[in-house]
Amino acid sequence: MQPEPVESPTVSRKWRSVLGGLGPILGLVALCIVGTALNPDFATVDNLMNVLTRTAFIGIIAVGMTFVIMSGGIDLSVGSMAALIAGSMILFMNGLAGGGHAPLLVVALGMGLALVLGLAFGCAHGLLITKGRVEPFIVTLGTLGIFRAFLTWFADGGALTLDGALSDLYSPVYYASLLGVPIPVWIFAAVAVIGSVLLNRTAFGRHVQAIGSNEQVARYAAIRVDLVKILTYMLLGLCVGIATLLYVPRLGSASPTTGLLWELEAIAAVVVGGTALKGGEGRLVGTVVGAILLSVISNILNLTSIISVYLNAAVQGGVIIVVAFMQRGRR
Amino acid sequence: MKSLIRAVGAGVLALSACTAFAAEKVTLGVAIPTATHGFTGGIVWWANQARQELEKAHPDLKIIVKTAGSAPEQANQLQDLLTVNKINALVIFPFESASLTKPVAQVKGKGVYVTVVDRGLTDTSAQDAYVAGDNTAFGKLPAEYLAKRLGGKGNIVMLRGIPTTLDNERYNAFMGVMKQYPDIKVLDAKYGNWNRDDAFKVTQDYLTRFKHIDAVWAADDDMAVGVLKAIDQAKRTDIKEVFGGAGAKGMVKTILDGKDKRIQADVSYSPKFIYDAIKLTAEARLKGAKLPATTIIPSVLITKENARQFYFPDSPF
Repeated sequence: MQPEPVESPTVSRKWRSVLGGLGPILGLVALCIVGTALNPDFATVDNLMNVLTRTAFIGIIAVGMTFVIMSGGIDLSVGSMAALIAGSMILFMNGLAGGGHAPLLVVALGMGLALVLGLAFGCAHGLLITKGRVEPFIVTLGTLGIFRAFLTWFADGGALTLDGALSDLYSPVYYASLLGVPIPVWIFAAVAVIGSVLLNRTAFGRHVQAIGSNEQVARYAAIRVDLVKILTYMLLGLCVGIATLLYVPRLGSASPTTGLLWELEAIAAVVVGGTALKGGEGRLVGTVVGAILLSVISNILNLTSIISVYLNAAVQGGVIIVVAFMQRGRR
Repeated sequence: MKSLIRAVGAGVLALSACTAFAAEKVTLGVAIPTATHGFTGGIVWWANQARQELEKAHPDLKIIVKTAGSAPEQANQLQDLLTVNKINALVIFPFESASLTKPVAQVKGKGVYVTVVDRGLTDTSAQDAYVAGDNTAFGKLPAEYLAKRLGGKGNIVMLRGIPTTLDNERYNAFMGVMKQYPDIKVLDAKYGNWNRDDAFKVTQDYLTRFKHIDAVWAADDDMAVGVLKAIDQAKRTDIKEVFGGAGAKGMVKTILDGKDKRIQADVSYSPKFIYDAIKLTAEARLKGAKLPATTIIPSVLITKENARQFYFPDSPF
């Protein structure tokens, strides 16, 4: 920190931004206290792991979404994309297994396919948005319909189910634990750490933020805006692919309800976590906390029955607004 | 007043019957929701199945199947069916009861014979016939079955679908039976949205919250899949029975093969009733006859003994 008084506004702004970042964390802490008071089972390790594991899907997608939103974009298609990737993976793996390949190889290839599809879908979004100059809202609203329609078509409106032997081999990816912590939580943590380094410690991260705060200025500063934008959508696609890798072994099936409304949950996690929807500024830690906060709310509602089930959505909505308000008050 | 409407309705009906007879051709429109989950997937499959079979059997019959993603879309399709396809009979699975009552009434006003399936209209004079599954039995049969299996004593948790009149009917029927068994405690009932993932989460939380559960009424075969996975994950052995509902092929197969000790029975609520409704309507109209005002396709208990007749391996549901 510099001693010149000229610098002090920057310092105090920094402080305020740190305090603002505390908003969602304070909200989460408050919720946890309420949860424990209402039902002591809330604070058990098992429950904590349940909540973190189920947050992993949305959390991983939200990490990718943070980059897209921070660069001033949006992706509404992630839930449908996850569903289509899950369905394609299952069909592909069942097909390979039917062809007499070794199960382990089949699962590995299936996982590879998920990541490749995610990257490819993200790349298509990026190209349509930058080279095709179509608004991201419209591009991804379009693919939201397209992806889900294709899954429904593949599944004949029913469910696609992974073959028994493959399902048994693959299920540890969701159900197994390492050092007492379930695998999806480890992967969620790894994605969050890598994302955080990428955003705060690399040129790519700075370019994303620069484009989000002022695209024109970023262009003048010789940032390859189109390339960076395409990369953000590919990164998000990759995150959706990773989330799907973890999702498929849970139930071993994909149906037209898979990933329904995930896009809204992921966007809500990002925004509750303190990233501006208009782009430019944000925090990855906030996104992670935001995602956890959202699943803690429904967990607490499930663990208690003090209010009518008809009002669950109202409680969720209320808590989200209150947390967003705390953040605004401290900025 | 009501009888007056009925009389007028009957008059319109008689007229339309005449025209249908004179032309000796039936053009039957089928309006159903798009396949968004297992059950509606089954509806679409069975509707197309009916079209294929019946068109082959009756050269004078033409069936047009339309699927809609929302109530307004379905209302638009009704207009198209009437003006473009010139239908003289309609089988509709309304997307929503209230918002489709007026559009259906208009179609009927033009002399089209209307059969409504599953979700009743708010004004029944807008329909000629009503074919539906039995939602009361859907709740009552599992309640009686579980009460018997538990010997009238124990803890039950249950899942509900999506807040709708249909879900309420099932829930109330279940709770109505449970009133006779004061030693059975229904611990809680939360919405799982007829969806495997939500059912998985809700069950995980039930298992955290309740240390001893004897039976789960999952109220839907898709939700039962999520329930079983959550129980397996928690390695809980106290749950003796999981009861789904609707008779999805996976579940019926499980009962048939005795693959899971917790799944011993199911209750039928097959999307096949759209097939029955189309068949009944088409065959009646070809003869110029009409259907009884209400046809209830009974829900029955599926156990290992009769599971074979509820197993349709080709259906997606």
